[in-house]
Amino acid sequence: MRGNRFPAAVVAAALCLAAGFASAASPEKTPAGKGTAAAAVPQFAVPKPPFTPGIFPCSDCHKDIKPNPNRRELTDEHTSIVLNHAQGQRWCLDCHDVTNRDKLRLVNGQRIGFDESYLLCGQCHGDKYRDWKVGVHGKRTGMWNGEKQYLLCVHCHNPHDPGYKPIPPMPPPVRPEDIRK
Amino acid sequence: MPNGEDRADRPFRMSRRKMMKGVAAVLGAMALPGKDAPASVWESFFQKNFRELSGGDKARVIARLEKEYGDKYGKPVKVGTAPPLEGVLYGYGLDLSRCIGCRRCVYGCVAENNQSRNPQIHWIRVLQLNKERGVDLEEAEEYYNPSKVPEKGHFYMPVQCQQCESPPCVKVCPVQATWKERDGITVVDYNWCIGCRYCMAACPYGARHFNWKKPGLPAAEMNPATHYLGNRPRPVGVVEKCTFCIQRVRNVPGRYPACVEVCPVGARKFGNLLDPDSEIRYVIENKRVFILKEDLNTRPKFYYFYAT
Repeated sequence: MRGNRFPAAVVAAALCLAAGFASAASPEKTPAGKGTAAAAVPQFAVPKPPFTPGIFPCSDCHKDIKPNPNRRELTDEHTSIVLNHAQGQRWCLDCHDVTNRDKLRLVNGQRIGFDESYLLCGQCHGDKYRDWKVGVHGKRTGMWNGEKQYLLCVHCHNPHDPGYKPIPPMPPPVRPEDIRK
Repeated sequence: MPNGEDRADRPFRMSRRKMMKGVAAVLGAMALPGKDAPASVWESFFQKNFRELSGGDKARVIARLEKEYGDKYGKPVKVGTAPPLEGVLYGYGLDLSRCIGCRRCVYGCVAENNQSRNPQIHWIRVLQLNKERGVDLEEAEEYYNPSKVPEKGHFYMPVQCQQCESPPCVKVCPVQATWKERDGITVVDYNWCIGCRYCMAACPYGARHFNWKKPGLPAAEMNPATHYLGNRPRPVGVVEKCTFCIQRVRNVPGRYPACVEVCPVGARKFGNLLDPDSEIRYVIENKRVFILKEDLNTRPKFYYFYAT
């Protein structure tokens, strides 16, 4: 009896869950397993990634270089990049794809474009990614009741050194006693 | 009676009563526009409160103001009168964990809303507070000026009109020149304001500002996209305040307020409190939110929050 009832309950629960998911799924979302990871979130109108001028596409230089997958300190090129972002735990090819240099790489091996880099950042910073998707983390411009413009994470955070850098403030207000003069 | 005798003796001597009447008449006449004043001055003199204007009157007032501003600033100026949108109650969020105190919002607001440059009027004040003390307004510093912000050990709290649900400033206005609109924005009719500044005394947030002198607004910096109840050029002697950029937000689609758009760290959020999918509703439902001076029961629609 027991042995029979248990699988039946599981099947019933699974059916309920599946029905729930199907009804809850919005047109923007696709069921897990189908489509790319990008399809799981609404398509965001983001400006172009802020590349250093002349650096992209990376394959311009890298097509003639044999990839060296060994973890090491770079001494010939990209020496100005100082990793201040969980340094010691990762290096270039954890995020940059080894075979296609014009792509980024998720931990599951999937390749994504630089204009979808929020998927990469969201792997670790899930809470920020969640807030960013609804427009609470990061800057949004455009129409409050219409089309909005997002920014990529990398527009504000240098991916190799993501802390927001201090900026000069605008002038303080004039003190009332100085206005009266 | 000795007085009666005096009057009878000197019939042409002016009595006190007569003199006071004369003084009152002369002063009253002096308050009127001069006889060579243009018709528009007479029109503005007899203009009704904005809320009592009929459609035709409103159109005439707008035409008069647009011509006046156009002549003054040498460019076509639009004075909008867009009414509140249906089903909209504006709410504002400010992320204290993000704000770095750079004051970009202060000057973005000035550029958008045609405040006087000299004497200076700012609708937003950014307070520098001590992280160890928290929101302790006694310790707030408004005039900080380091080379770089944020400074260690400090956080920043911009304060502007909180668009209260029960606004004390509206309650005290003796002439009803300021009121709360259906979409929650408290506005001022600059043509009706008598400049008594009661509202400034009543506002617990220091959000209202007075034009002590004729506003100094260079024509080149004047923003010609205006609203009657918002950023149109103000005369001397009236009170002004933040309107959530009424000239921008009362449109479909409507732009974000200027301070939201200019904030480099995205600390400022704006949306419709009645729309369950809006950013501001997400903030209220998911973040740690507080309102400033909650104990006064002004019920602000300006929500400070910590996103982290």
